[in-house]
Amino acid sequence: MLKREVVYESVLDHDFLDEIYSLPGGNEVKKCIQCGTCSGSCPQGAVMDYAPRKIFSLIRAGFRDEVLESNTIWYCSSCYTCAVRCPKEIKITDVMYALKRIAIKEGKAKEGRKATVLSKNFVRLVNKYGRNHETELMTRYILLAEPFNALNFVPQGWRLFSNGRLPIMPHKIKNIEQLRKILKKINELGEI
Amino acid sequence: MKYTYYPGCSVKSTANLYQESIDAVVSDMGVELEELDDWNCCGATAYMSVSELMSFAISARNLAMAEKFHRDVVTPCSACYLVLNKTNRYFNDYPEVRKKLGVALEAGGLSYSGNISVRHILDVIINDVGLEKIAGLVSKKLEGLNVAPYYGCQIVRPMYYGCGASEENEEGFDDPDDPVCMDRLIEATGATCVKYSMKTKCCGSSLMGTEEKQALKLCRGLLADAENNGAHCIVTICPLCQLNLDIFQPKVNSLFGTKFNIPVIYFTQLIGLAMGKQPKELGLERLAVKMTGPMKQILQGA
Repeated sequence: MLKREVVYESVLDHDFLDEIYSLPGGNEVKKCIQCGTCSGSCPQGAVMDYAPRKIFSLIRAGFRDEVLESNTIWYCSSCYTCAVRCPKEIKITDVMYALKRIAIKEGKAKEGRKATVLSKNFVRLVNKYGRNHETELMTRYILLAEPFNALNFVPQGWRLFSNGRLPIMPHKIKNIEQLRKILKKINELGEI
Repeated sequence: MKYTYYPGCSVKSTANLYQESIDAVVSDMGVELEELDDWNCCGATAYMSVSELMSFAISARNLAMAEKFHRDVVTPCSACYLVLNKTNRYFNDYPEVRKKLGVALEAGGLSYSGNISVRHILDVIINDVGLEKIAGLVSKKLEGLNVAPYYGCQIVRPMYYGCGASEENEEGFDDPDDPVCMDRLIEATGATCVKYSMKTKCCGSSLMGTEEKQALKLCRGLLADAENNGAHCIVTICPLCQLNLDIFQPKVNSLFGTKFNIPVIYFTQLIGLAMGKQPKELGLERLAVKMTGPMKQILQGA
């Protein structure tokens, strides 16, 4: 919830809005009419600090830290229901992705600590093999994010393994060098 | 009918039962799936949370490699379907994205025009094979079997060309809130398609790893709606939906004190059963929630 009761204009970050506007399609955020269709459609709305409608209001008012440190962005499961229904065609889910990236980059993802571990290790595996390796991903995730909760994952792991659904060995693509060259070039060019 | 097949990582591991059932049924339908050589992960939802342009770039490598075959790309996974189509959409709609992706692909010796159409295998079976042909292939009508049609979320997202939507056809072949194409397919197998108002609601996807309680709550809702409508099983089209509802079903029961025992199968497994294929051939023995109780009796009697 909002930490400050009185917020002065001077502490708000008006560049935040420009950051969001500069994303592909980010300009659409201007068109938000605060109708609340997104919040009403969101399967996670009830457990979010601020459901999506409020997030847009906060972005536009410059509440940068409140947005980036909220649990909202980490509860977005990318179902895109809000984006399909938005009467102004705002790519809401993609704005949530952008917020995730900014929060991770700036170390403000404390509410998304576990999701950050999962995403970063997913990227690591894809860059290493060219494909995801679910067994290694889950092992790394448990060790790094929830080591004291490891037993909680055992029954599900066993259900997968005993039914032959958990391969031990990863599959590495043949032309991993090509994939790495492409990624290296993007790194040089910089994000959008 | 020949297509370039993009399997995605899931059907090679936790969703191998989906692949087994696809292999068992498509040739009888006259569908040939040629796997794209050396394909890489689409990036799913996780890659995009770290780097957007890189996630588009790895997706675009697949599209660029598929282009030389001049065929539609077909995938069985809803996440791959959405991500590959979303990459197409951003590539075509934003010149700066297109430019940077073009330069990056060139560094890997590839190029892409933006014209490859990516389709879900459900779309191919419904619209290219057709319900009539499917009905003709049914040798063992699944009469008495009540089925809840679960589409999940990511297949019905027309703004990213989901449901076969395009620049020319913005609506696509089905509705984002109340799709019915799989309902008709279920009926073509002789089974009864029950009312299922949760058909496009989210299963929690990867929140099952990070915010487990919330994802389990969503799964409880999906299972309860199926049970309340008298479904003997849930039929789905997405590897992550199947995983969450099947593998985590006992956990839903222990957390909420429920007693769900609902098999969650792929639509290709349902078609295979109606075609008279053996459960083992269709990967049905790999389910965590086995086909016991009413479903087993109905299948044995059919």
